[in-house]
Amino acid sequence: MDYHAPESIHAAISLLVNAEGDARVLAGGTDVLVQLREEMIEPNHLIDIKNIAETRNISICAKEVRVGAAVTGAELGEHPKVKALWPGVVEAVGLIGSHQIQSRATMGGNLCNASPAADSVPALIAADGKVVIAGPNGERKISIEDFLIAPGKTALAIGEFVVALALPIPPTRTADAYLRFIPRTEMDIAVVSAGSAITLDEDGKCTHARLAVGAVAPTARLVKSASGILVDGLLDDDRLEQLAQATSAVCEPIDDKRGTVAFRTQVAGVLACRAVKLAWQRAMERDI
Amino acid sequence: MNEKRKNSTRSGSNFKWVGEVTPRPDGVDKVTGRARYGDDLKLPGMLHARVLRSPHAHAKIVSIDTSKASALEGVKGVVTYRDIPDHPLATPPYPPIIQDFHDLSRNVMARDKVLYDGHAVAAVAATSEAVAREAIKLIQVKYETLPHVLDPFEATLSDAPILHEYQFTEGADPDTSKPSNTFRTLSGERGNLVQGFSEADVIIEREFSSQPVHQGFIEPMACVASASEDGSVELWTSTQGHFVARGLLSKLLNLEISKLRVTASEIGGGFGAKTTIYGEPVAIRLSQKTGRPVRMTFTRSEVFRATGPAAGSRCRIKVGIKSDGTITAGDAEIWYQAGAFKGAPVGRALDTFFSPYNIKHIRAAAHDVCVNRPKVAAYRAPGAPMATWAMEAVLNEAADVIGIDPIDLRLRNAVKEGDTSLKGTKHGRIGLIEVLEATKNHAHYTAPLGRNEGRGFAVGYWLHGGGLSSASVILQDDGTVNVATGSPDIGGSRSSMRAMAAEELGIDVKLIKPIIADTGSLPYSYQTAGSRTTYATGMAVVNAARDVIDRLRALAATKWDIGVKDVRWDDGHAIPADKYEGEISPLSLKELAEVAMKMGGAIAGHSEINASGQGAAFCAQLVDVCVDPETGRVTPIRHTVIEDVGRAISPDYVEGQMQGGAVQGIGWALNEEYIYNENAQLQNTGFLDYRMPVASDVPMIDTVIVEVPNPNHPYGVRGVGEPPLVSAPAAVANAVENAIGTTMSHLPLTPPKILRAIGETIPEAAE
Repeated sequence: MDYHAPESIHAAISLLVNAEGDARVLAGGTDVLVQLREEMIEPNHLIDIKNIAETRNISICAKEVRVGAAVTGAELGEHPKVKALWPGVVEAVGLIGSHQIQSRATMGGNLCNASPAADSVPALIAADGKVVIAGPNGERKISIEDFLIAPGKTALAIGEFVVALALPIPPTRTADAYLRFIPRTEMDIAVVSAGSAITLDEDGKCTHARLAVGAVAPTARLVKSASGILVDGLLDDDRLEQLAQATSAVCEPIDDKRGTVAFRTQVAGVLACRAVKLAWQRAMERDI
Repeated sequence: MNEKRKNSTRSGSNFKWVGEVTPRPDGVDKVTGRARYGDDLKLPGMLHARVLRSPHAHAKIVSIDTSKASALEGVKGVVTYRDIPDHPLATPPYPPIIQDFHDLSRNVMARDKVLYDGHAVAAVAATSEAVAREAIKLIQVKYETLPHVLDPFEATLSDAPILHEYQFTEGADPDTSKPSNTFRTLSGERGNLVQGFSEADVIIEREFSSQPVHQGFIEPMACVASASEDGSVELWTSTQGHFVARGLLSKLLNLEISKLRVTASEIGGGFGAKTTIYGEPVAIRLSQKTGRPVRMTFTRSEVFRATGPAAGSRCRIKVGIKSDGTITAGDAEIWYQAGAFKGAPVGRALDTFFSPYNIKHIRAAAHDVCVNRPKVAAYRAPGAPMATWAMEAVLNEAADVIGIDPIDLRLRNAVKEGDTSLKGTKHGRIGLIEVLEATKNHAHYTAPLGRNEGRGFAVGYWLHGGGLSSASVILQDDGTVNVATGSPDIGGSRSSMRAMAAEELGIDVKLIKPIIADTGSLPYSYQTAGSRTTYATGMAVVNAARDVIDRLRALAATKWDIGVKDVRWDDGHAIPADKYEGEISPLSLKELAEVAMKMGGAIAGHSEINASGQGAAFCAQLVDVCVDPETGRVTPIRHTVIEDVGRAISPDYVEGQMQGGAVQGIGWALNEEYIYNENAQLQNTGFLDYRMPVASDVPMIDTVIVEVPNPNHPYGVRGVGEPPLVSAPAAVANAVENAIGTTMSHLPLTPPKILRAIGETIPEAAE
């Protein structure tokens, strides 16, 4: 196995395109190194993107926040502006692994590993995040939902890699939240998870709502009906009940070592309501 | 820590070092990383070993072809079962703990069949780990798969797949000619059950089950073996007992005991699992075949798949009780998963069910059943937590039904000095009543509970181990002292040995360096297990220190030219009798150390004992939990452990033991379990998915050290390490039951099970 550490996007693409055999992109390595050690993957080339400036930056412009694919969870967690804009996304990334893992793990890697239980993903979907992809044909930008195809499978074509993740600058009175269920307090993988972003008007009525759930289907799912249930209304028990049912209805989980179909389906509804309530409360606390 | 100890009911003492908190003898090296564990020894020319393991839970081995692996560059040796000597089956009468070399040989390396996912099939030694990994992939094994069985009760049914065609149930009645997965049933009875139950006002009958659980030690099994052409072998290994390991290895591999020298490395936890051998014989055989030192370190996955968990269980229990709280009768039966080979802790189960209580009419039976899982190993009070859980759950339910305080119920029936257990142990001075009273008087017992919160209580019994221990106390010529024992230090024994030696000799603990001697340097010592070390090895250290004192008194007498009876030892000095006052000045230990080298020679004291009189101890726990009614998630919020420890030699370690046992019990009760797929392959072979509690999962575990000194030990010591786990799962499960208002009978109490029990919308078919 050959290790490469290109210093430009161009060089990385060239390595990916010309690699003989299997090539694997490495950012923090908290998934890739474990998979190597457990002999789950045996790539011929390991291409470390951490030396490429664009993958290491957090930039904020008028339209969006860009988080480089190799920005670590610890760096993101200490970025006051991103935290203020999208607290749920930052919290989701902060839940990955331990303190030690946080100093290596990246949101880009969490996305590209394409686990159905990835913590950052439901939060990114709720925030309407986009993936910035570099490849032989230039840069393209696609939605998180379109990027994830199946467990372990993404929309990346040969020669492509993820440079950054883009989050919109949220409208006024918008906030998000992410919650996951694990039987322990940390160091575990989501059994069920939910991310939500809520926008309120001056009267506290919902004008925009997005809700996504994780670990309940091959990829994280946007609960499309959530918008219809929440928009134009206030948060009441009736709507929450509808929301829980709508969430459970989109779940197609499996029984595995981490949870059961019935448990995941039911608790997805519970977490969806809790995530919406938390995002709503945060939006209420924002200046009008 | 000192703040907490205000709660303790520790007796005051005039000791200077016994009962004091002193800096850990192993602290600096563990904090800096200098401490050397099993994997840390590197020898010139050392090879790296890897084991090929079975992917099947049950299969015949048709053939093993190692030729391609042997031909790989860098591979220096390959072993299979052909390299591990076979031994005949053990024959009756069987001791309570069976050590069958027929089974051990097959567990170390599968012979004709593989019996569990992860069973070792072959091993290689190569110049690097990478080559060794590559080599085991080149070994071709042909299997003929067989049906498997995982549950101990299903394994006893007539159509169950049979693991061992040669195994017939010992003492089966009627006698059977059919092979069986049940190796034996142990039972005991006293009184008259019919009469006992007829005297009861309330009879409670319940069934329970629990899953196998992992000991959860942090350091995987690791060793380095170096065999010489002259037939001698040196072994460095992470073990709870290097003398026991030497005994097993010498018999298994036909080695002379004196030529096999075993050194215990620093150990990163064992909790019972490192009382047997796994990789050591394979590493020795690879070293013998290659002529090079060989290191074998298991991966975490290998530890989970192939080393011993605690047995899973199925249990039925029936208890009769009068409305005044008197227990009139008890009847219990338990099926233990032995794993692939016999040896579940059935004897301990029998001794556990009813032992805290003085009950006239009792019967208990325990079945030792083989299933397609790794062979069980000891785990901190083997066999006790599951049996205790059943009994304590039923007693808590009974207290509720008859309307009596649960602790008063226990106090009414508690065993005292002179009472006899089912096994026939006549109790000496024991502290159950003191433990129960301390629990009842603790503020935790009556503290208010919030919404969705519940409180649990349970008490547990454990009969400690005694046995063989040796110690040398060596006075060096500068007046410092080495205390050498043969007991690997897992729970702080070096600190306690140092404290007892300092107390006897009358010198500062700073002058004493405790060490663990190898098997060639000290006579036989049994392993650090059964909570025996501070008791038994401690007694040997006290004897050896007194031996030193006798020799120093004799030396002083010679120097002073007076009778030895005219020399006494006090506060680190040889002191002449009063009649010599003013004529002869006392000599300190340091001065005598110098004198010795010029007169009779170096001074050391030795002791080899077979300790008994260790007796029983009791531990109660109070646990508060909060249950999320929408998700079934349990948060332990308060936990108090109350234990009679006899005397706490090193109180900080004693608290650590109490807290550690409680935490392991929390994991056992709530989330730990082995998850197998439909082909009986283990799915959670690491700490990510084998859900042991992490630090943030548990509250501060408060401790109350009760000291009812054991009259059989010079400092009153009882065992400490095991009782806190005995009662922990029962107390946690009781707290959950209390919080959700319904009984729970199948551990672990995972969120899906709790949610289903709460009776929300979750459908029955879920699990």
